[in-house]
Amino acid sequence: MTTQNLESETPTPEDSKMWTARLRNAWQRNLPIDKLLPDTQPAYVASWIYVFGVLTIAAFVDILISGLILAFAGPAWYHTSSLGLFVNSLHFWGVQLFFVFMVVHLWGKFWMAAWRGRRTATWITGMVAFLASIGTAFTGYLIQTNFDAQWIAFEAKDGFNAVGIGAFFTPTNIGQIMLIHVALLPLVLGVITVMHVLLVRKHGVVPPIDALPEIEA
Amino acid sequence: MSGWLSDFMNVPAKYIHFNSWLQISVSNLIVILIMVALFAAAILLPFPGSHSKSNSHRGDK
Repeated sequence: MTTQNLESETPTPEDSKMWTARLRNAWQRNLPIDKLLPDTQPAYVASWIYVFGVLTIAAFVDILISGLILAFAGPAWYHTSSLGLFVNSLHFWGVQLFFVFMVVHLWGKFWMAAWRGRRTATWITGMVAFLASIGTAFTGYLIQTNFDAQWIAFEAKDGFNAVGIGAFFTPTNIGQIMLIHVALLPLVLGVITVMHVLLVRKHGVVPPIDALPEIEA
Repeated sequence: MSGWLSDFMNVPAKYIHFNSWLQISVSNLIVILIMVALFAAAILLPFPGSHSKSNSHRGDK
């Protein structure tokens, strides 16, 4: 067998049956690099209402970084030292801003019917991210290790028992809630957020309802 | 916490009652009003530099 024959039998990168090649081809087909990292946006994006999505992500990054510091240093540090209280406040107020920005983002997208133009998956991932955020915030309130957390946990315990899920999800079990809050839910929320942003890149930013057809393109 | 902030925050929540079917804490109402104001401002206020932008566009392909 000659070298020529070997070369002719070797599949090209485009027609390889390897899962890596199929994944790469699918990615390039759906989300080429110029769509993933654009340097221009439609004219209608020059509006403050389009800023709240990235503001939500900025608040999310603040929450992740401050949460990482809190997780390593622990409650004995963040309840007693000045720096600990500051980082704890960064985390708490970051969450407040996160929800404020996300709700304004949601209102903006709802009133411009942002699911138009095959953007259903973008809308659905945003909705799931919102629900996951509520769960993450709730478990965060439960692990404040203060009287507020105790009050919320014991009120929630009765609620969860009433709907029959108290055996699986126990707000008073701080070990369970701590792990769900610092390990599971940030990962879930992070993955959903990445999917959401990739879908926005794939389909483009939704145009206003009255956008001219040539601008909407 | 000490000072005016603790005097403001370390007290039981105040509630507003609308007839008998709705009650809301003042703090929650303030947050909702802030969000409504932000939404209105985001719609109404001009975006800096929006007039000098070209009509470059990239939509759903």
